Amino acid sequence: MCGISGYFGPTPSGLPAGQVLDRMVNAIIHRGPDEQGMYFDQGGGLAHARLSIIDLSSGQQPMSNEDGTIWVCFNGEIFNYVELNEQLVKWGHRFRTRCDTETILHTYEEKGDECLDDFNGDFAFAIWDKPKKRLMLARDRMGVRPVYYTFVGQTLLFASEMKALLAVPGVKAEIDPLALEQVFTFWFPLPPRTTFKGICELPPAHVLIAENGTISVKPTWRLTYRDRHDTSLVDEAQATDQLRELLIDATRIRLRADVPVGAYLSGGLDSSVITALIRNFTHSPLRTFSVTFEGSEFDESQYQQQLVTALNTDHSSILCSRQDIGQMFPQVIAHTERPILRTAPAPMYRLAQLVRENNFKVVLTGEGADEILAGYDIFKEAKIRRFWARQATSARRPRLLRHLYPYLQNLRGQPQPYLEAFFRAGLNDPDSPFFSHLPRWGMTSRLKQLFSDDLRDQIGNYDPLEELRGQLPADYLRWHPLSQAQFLEAGYLLPGYILSSQGDRVAMAHAVEGRFPFLDHRVVEFANQLPPRLKLRGLTEKYILRQAMRPYLPESIIQRTKQPYRAPDAECFFGTDAPDYVADTLSERAVRQAGLFDAPAVAKLVEKCRAGSAMGFRDNMALVGVLSVQLLHSQVVRHGAAVAPQSIVALA
Amino acid sequence: MFGPIGSRVRKFIAESFMYRDGLKTLDDQESLLEKGLIDSTGVLELVFFLEKTFNVKVGDDEVLPENLDSVRKICEFVQRKQQPQSQVCVA
Repeated sequence: MCGISGYFGPTPSGLPAGQVLDRMVNAIIHRGPDEQGMYFDQGGGLAHARLSIIDLSSGQQPMSNEDGTIWVCFNGEIFNYVELNEQLVKWGHRFRTRCDTETILHTYEEKGDECLDDFNGDFAFAIWDKPKKRLMLARDRMGVRPVYYTFVGQTLLFASEMKALLAVPGVKAEIDPLALEQVFTFWFPLPPRTTFKGICELPPAHVLIAENGTISVKPTWRLTYRDRHDTSLVDEAQATDQLRELLIDATRIRLRADVPVGAYLSGGLDSSVITALIRNFTHSPLRTFSVTFEGSEFDESQYQQQLVTALNTDHSSILCSRQDIGQMFPQVIAHTERPILRTAPAPMYRLAQLVRENNFKVVLTGEGADEILAGYDIFKEAKIRRFWARQATSARRPRLLRHLYPYLQNLRGQPQPYLEAFFRAGLNDPDSPFFSHLPRWGMTSRLKQLFSDDLRDQIGNYDPLEELRGQLPADYLRWHPLSQAQFLEAGYLLPGYILSSQGDRVAMAHAVEGRFPFLDHRVVEFANQLPPRLKLRGLTEKYILRQAMRPYLPESIIQRTKQPYRAPDAECFFGTDAPDYVADTLSERAVRQAGLFDAPAVAKLVEKCRAGSAMGFRDNMALVGVLSVQLLHSQVVRHGAAVAPQSIVALA
Repeated sequence: MFGPIGSRVRKFIAESFMYRDGLKTLDDQESLLEKGLIDSTGVLELVFFLEKTFNVKVGDDEVLPENLDSVRKICEFVQRKQQPQSQVCVA
């Protein structure tokens, strides 16, 4: 796992090519501390920061084919490289390394752009085809690995993280008002939009081709689901076995590495499944890691210990306190490069550090199961709301809402009429393509009250839901409502928040690579064609997964209701041990200087949080959201992105 | 209207739930739920405030929009609680 960067076209900003590439790769050196390399010619340049995982001695990048006409710069893994290489050898290709990087080169030589269909992996790579004067930039199906691009004059610049682009003279850091409007609705900017004006994200499962003076971006694969009118029978027992077999293989190929591979153990069903698969179906030694919290609302260590005992793993855990989260937060934001509304990425940042301290570079996790097998409470919530909408005057139906979010202490004590008022959002529009998400987006949107007049003016009448509506696939409305909600999670929140801010960016901050068997595209495609009742049976989430893994896990884990991973929010930034930067970053002067939020309103919010009376989600999300935007402004816009994330604290 | 009770309730709502849109935009009759000002955790903050400020006890079965969903309803509710024998005060 690594960092990639490069350019296509004339050397940008009149600097020598080596200097440009050096600046870019140094900005993301945390992604690949083991070695760095670059290649450039008259058409463009590639630079690479390497984290050595496969073929430690000879996998240097950028790597070329035998005659030096095709060059690749690659971040990620092609997990099925062993099988692909066997085929390529039969076709006459000769390998100089045992590296999956070389697999990309030979498959591209053989198949051109179609090579992407063959890859089962998490990747972002650039191929420089010298004879054709053509750059190809590609990203994996689910959006595990990132790649961003921008333009300076006639030059296209690309990199794994935006800080590498911002390190090039001529690339300006200016916060995009529409990105804020999107983040304060959906929790993420809608790709290709990013936090910064003029910088684009290559969306998951897309390829960018630059040649003959033109740039084209097109999809290479897409999420699609079973037609809601498809009545074909699916044998439950057979489907259960198939899912287990697919997961075993997805896990097996993700253990391929020349370094030891560990696993995250949250205590929930998904990471338990992955750990049990490693224990029962592979010969890999089992080393597990977890994060624990003070307080029962967030902590899952009791379940983690059950698993450690049941599966006999060699386990390490780290306690993440409120103070730790508060202290780490500026570094976390320097890595996420986008505002966040929850602090949850911070403990993941600390967990990756623990993994690294134990000399592990690769971890398997259960990420993705909730999206593809319908684990989140939002799916149950939508099901209950839809049932309620059919008889909107029913007094009994909305009582089912009490079954939701049992882990949220605040919500449990709430009076029924108020609970109903919240979940009633959008109830009169059951045909809306966004029915499932309207309460959540409505609640998040209320945070926009904090926007400054100037920011509101810049946003104008822009409607983020309209933009999202325009991106929905043509067959979206033919899918079951559960599939529609799953698409919004798997196609957007997963790459836009879970895999990025809470995944790749905080793990790669410590040069740790996450691998996700549930996101193997064979598993995803299989799950998407299952009838909804095999995923959400009544109000039992991930039904088929529980059935598939019942023989291999303790019954207490199999029966456990989903507890999403969460961490303390606003309280991390106040109190006697509050970190010093908070007061400065949220000061009236700093808020006015950034110009994005209304200073008196932020002062009111801060005062409420300081007094310890911010009880609800709204205040907590508001505080974390404002603080993260202010930090981004301070770190990137005001101080320049060339600052290494490691030294960020001093800036705030 | 509603004298000191009204002004304290309005001030609390503005400071706790309104972030920036000032009191001038809030009518005493307006539904706090429909305006998106009070959500289900917000109402617990409101109840805590009423109990502390006006020295009243709010029962679980009284946490209803009928009692708490506008400035006017809140004030009337508090007045009823403070003077259980008196008639409901009209704005």
